[in-house]
Amino acid sequence: MMSSEKSKSTVQTTGHSWDGDLQEFNNPLPNWWLWTFYATVVFAIVYWILYPAWPIGKDYTKGVMNEITYTTADGKTVTTHWNTRALLLKDMQQAREAQQQYLKDINASSYEQIRNDEEKSAFAYSMAKVLFADNCAACHQAGGNGKIGFYPNLLDDAWLWGGSFEKIQETITNGRHGAMPSFKGRLSEEQISDVAEYVLSLSGNEMDTAAVKRGRKVFTTDGGCTACHGADAKGQIFMGSANLTDKIWTIADVPGAESAADKKSAVMQVVTNGKQRTMPAWKGRLSDTEIKILTFYVHQLGSGK
Amino acid sequence: MKHESIETNAGLLIVLTLIVISIGGLVEIVPLYFIDSTIEEVKVEGKDTIRPYTPLELRGRDIYQREGCYLCHSQMIRPFRDEKLRYGHYSLAAESKFDHPFQWGSKRTGPDLARVGKKYSNEWHVQHLTAPRSVVKESIMPNYPWLSRNSLQYKDIQDRMRALKMVGVPYSETKAEYEANVKRFGEDVAKNLDIINAEKNLLAQAESGNYDGKPEKLSEMDAVVAYLQVLGTMVDFSKFDEGHFAKFR
Ligand code: HEC
Ligand code: HEC
Ligand code: HEC
Repeated sequence: MMSSEKSKSTVQTTGHSWDGDLQEFNNPLPNWWLWTFYATVVFAIVYWILYPAWPIGKDYTKGVMNEITYTTADGKTVTTHWNTRALLLKDMQQAREAQQQYLKDINASSYEQIRNDEEKSAFAYSMAKVLFADNCAACHQAGGNGKIGFYPNLLDDAWLWGGSFEKIQETITNGRHGAMPSFKGRLSEEQISDVAEYVLSLSGNEMDTAAVKRGRKVFTTDGGCTACHGADAKGQIFMGSANLTDKIWTIADVPGAESAADKKSAVMQVVTNGKQRTMPAWKGRLSDTEIKILTFYVHQLGSGK
Repeated sequence: MKHESIETNAGLLIVLTLIVISIGGLVEIVPLYFIDSTIEEVKVEGKDTIRPYTPLELRGRDIYQREGCYLCHSQMIRPFRDEKLRYGHYSLAAESKFDHPFQWGSKRTGPDLARVGKKYSNEWHVQHLTAPRSVVKESIMPNYPWLSRNSLQYKDIQDRMRALKMVGVPYSETKAEYEANVKRFGEDVAKNLDIINAEKNLLAQAESGNYDGKPEKLSEMDAVVAYLQVLGTMVDFSKFDEGHFAKFR
């Protein structure tokens, strides 16, 4: 409490009192505070005039002298009152213009031209890294090395669906569905064991000769594996059937197997249970230019064909 | 009323204080209910493309809320360039008009999910929800292994839909309501909004979608993945001019 001396002489009280002697001072507001308050009132009025502010029935005041003019990607120029969505479009336009020289170059160039031009490929790389991290890394992993059995490795030289620029672009644009059927019930346990011996022998593993011979018969006739994997077992890129003759495995975890028996059971598991997996389509979510840049990036990752 | 009688009466003071401080909020919020462009009209070939959730998606949404996914994930892409580049088109008000309560959120420990639908495969979602670190090494998202183990409870699905109908979601019970939905959303969608056939529709979608990869079991995972896969996919933005939705602001 201030001294009662002061209350009597300089400051007024509100005239209320409680419990007999409790009084309330009525100190004037400091000037700096008062003027700041007036300034905020003036600011609000200016803001109401410039920006969308007051509701009127089913509409609202749009603000004056504060228009935004932006150009859309397909070249339409639009002028509108201030709003955050138009602001975004303006922002996108400015970014497009800043990158325009590069984007135009990328769009107009063939993949070979991008590869052979240092500046273009540097631009494509830096943009692709971000796109890959945001969209692809959750499956193919940050470095593109994939997860055996789930998401293919994009760094190696083996391509289920083809490693040319055109094929990779098709893969990313429309997505892919890999379907290795299950042979549970269609082949006996022994047949599956034999065919696994045969499949492993194709990539240079030492296997039991008699079993391999029986397995080849299963592969070509009873199992009908050749219909998809081809007579040479090298796979067919139009259906993404894996090449079984190289040492690269995408589903069966043969490289991770410690013993010969583990290798065989890894292959048997694929043949027994089959595998269905989906690469999503990116058309619509990513622009054509973004897909082109990613295609270039993925192709270079895997030293594509 | 005298100043003194307010100041010496705590109850009255509280009531009057509440009225005064709510004026600011009311002035900002109430007009939005009347302004035509608050909720965008999104029609393609005369039909609304934003529809209420199917029974299975609705169960998935309930589980999403039960598990508290919203504590780490927002569902609101703001109109900024960085968000557009990462997540896609900004969210429309219309896209959450059937959400009660909406899942906009404000906390992003994980990424925004407003447009996660169709971004990943069903298999990925199952694997990720069961053990996030098996696909994203550095993830701090918790494991939700019980989603695959728990059978989906759906006996009360009709009540859940009726509750939402009470707050304005156009699920249909009568023939007239069904006809109105056919006109508004088209026949394929309207069928799934019918409360009477909800159980049948839920089972049919789970069977044809096979979201968790295990056709023999209807699990909570089926519902959650069905819900995640529809998020942000109802509007085909290629059907609209780039500046179209800016006109509503
Ligand atoms: C939901 C997980 C997922 C995401 C996300 C994903 N992919 Fe894939 N991707 C797959 C699967 C699964 C396959 C294998 C399909 C098969 O079995 O035939 C695949 C295959 C591919 C292939 C073909 C590989 C080959 O050997 O022919 C390429 C190229 C590819 N993805 C690139 C990408 C790019 C680029 C992105 C990001 C825009 C991406 N993927 C995002 C799951 C994914
Ligand atoms: C309908 C076509 C089809 C038939 C028939 C078929 N496969 Fe496959 N197989 C595929 C496809 C497609 C893949 C790749 C799946 C993927 O990438 O998602 C595959 C993958 C595999 C793999 C895994 C390869 C790896 O790199 O990990 C093995 C092993 C295999 N098949 C063996 C067989 C055997 C043995 C048979 C016969 C008993 C057979 N397949 C029959 C389509 C077929
Ligand atoms: C503790 C916070 C936390 C909770 C709770 C949480 N998440 Fe996540 N979530 C994350 C983080 C961090 C990531 C990014 C890393 C990753 O992909 O795992 C993520 C990623 C995701 C993604 C992938 C998004 C993308 O675009 O890559 C999906 C889908 C997802 N979460 C769904 C869910 C669902 C469904 C639930 C509830 C059952 C949930 N999350 C609960 C933290 C969380």
